[in-house]
Amino acid sequence: MRANKTDLVNYCIALGDDSLTLGHRLSEWSSNAPFLEEDLALTNVALDFIGRARMFYAYAADLEGGERTEDDIAYLRDCREYRNLLINELPNGDFAMTMARQLLVDVYDLGFFTELAQSGDANLVAIAAKSIKECRYHLRRSEEWVKRLGDGTTESHQRVQDAFKQLWGYCPELFEMPEREQRLLGEGIAVDRRTLKKNWESVVHKVLKEATLDIPDNSWAISGGRDGIHTEHLGYLLAELQFLQRAYPGQQW
Amino acid sequence: MVVSADQDQAAVLSPARDAESARLMKLLNAVCDPEIPVLTLQDLGVLRNVSVRDGEVEVTITPTYSGCPAMSAMCQDIEDTLAAAGYEQVTVSQSLSPTWTTDFMSDAGRNKLRTYGIAPPVLRRTSHAADDDSGQIQGIECPQCDSNQVELISEFGSTACKALYRCKDCREPFDYFKCI
Repeated sequence: MRANKTDLVNYCIALGDDSLTLGHRLSEWSSNAPFLEEDLALTNVALDFIGRARMFYAYAADLEGGERTEDDIAYLRDCREYRNLLINELPNGDFAMTMARQLLVDVYDLGFFTELAQSGDANLVAIAAKSIKECRYHLRRSEEWVKRLGDGTTESHQRVQDAFKQLWGYCPELFEMPEREQRLLGEGIAVDRRTLKKNWESVVHKVLKEATLDIPDNSWAISGGRDGIHTEHLGYLLAELQFLQRAYPGQQW
Repeated sequence: MVVSADQDQAAVLSPARDAESARLMKLLNAVCDPEIPVLTLQDLGVLRNVSVRDGEVEVTITPTYSGCPAMSAMCQDIEDTLAAAGYEQVTVSQSLSPTWTTDFMSDAGRNKLRTYGIAPPVLRRTSHAADDDSGQIQGIECPQCDSNQVELISEFGSTACKALYRCKDCREPFDYFKCI
């Protein structure tokens, strides 16, 4: 059984976009983190995400049969062609905002990659197996920080509480299934994101409770990243990420 | 980067099948990790397969950490080393399966790491360290004084593969090669 190649390529590109945008955001902390160990941690995690993006893009490029390289996919597409989750492209905000987002994404990623490791596609299984190992220590760290900030000082509590409120409406998008993914699901390739919600909620609620934080209201929700409809922030992110290849096409380090 | 899942796990890490493969393995054994120069690629367990056909060499390595920038340098070093030995046509491909784990690291590699001042990774097959959600890993020894009274400073260190620890006895901080 061979899945529709275009669907599979687009699936890989969307997964790569998720990793690249968040990896780029985390890399912006380089030399700006609160202290040295944290600077190293944030940039290490950034590398993991960027490396994961490379694996997905390389596989997509391979599936396409040589039309584009992994670098073309990363550097030569504009906003509307990016398919990442909106939460991943949002600006870092303060450290509390960064760690709140990491928690929401890390819990999600661990669930997602655990399921992707059961996919009918051997290459996706291999990428997932590699990612799971990294998700575990990413999550350990974001969970610890959310608890420290939430159950910390009045100011740290307030900042991380505000961060969760600002991020909350971006979370429903994590569990949406675009049509192409539903087709791949039917072929035993894609993960059914809808089924990840229950466990995600239970883990996130548990951590927030331990961190003495309130669970924000589900009063608003926004999505669109999977269709290329982004926030105003992605353009600025890509302007920086893609500058070198746009200004000096084909340039290599 | 060519990434693929190796379907045939039995073909992995094939020993020298003939004189030329043996020569290639010997050449490749001189290629070291650019970040931890005491380790050869073989010590690290990333060298998975070497084959040669009509003068064309194909080397398969498995990536360690997803974003490890050393992987590109390793690919280049492999090509350069083989080119210097007269092999002009070399392809280095990366295989993701079986997934690299620190258990692939050789005993010789572990000893070299310790001597170099980096605590080697504990074995996954004898410990649940990598799957333990607490992150508290038993069995790490200070590479300076061999004490097992050590504490975690940060799960992230100077490279993607290392965590930062401190010895409670000799008080020296040290790098620990993370177990994955």
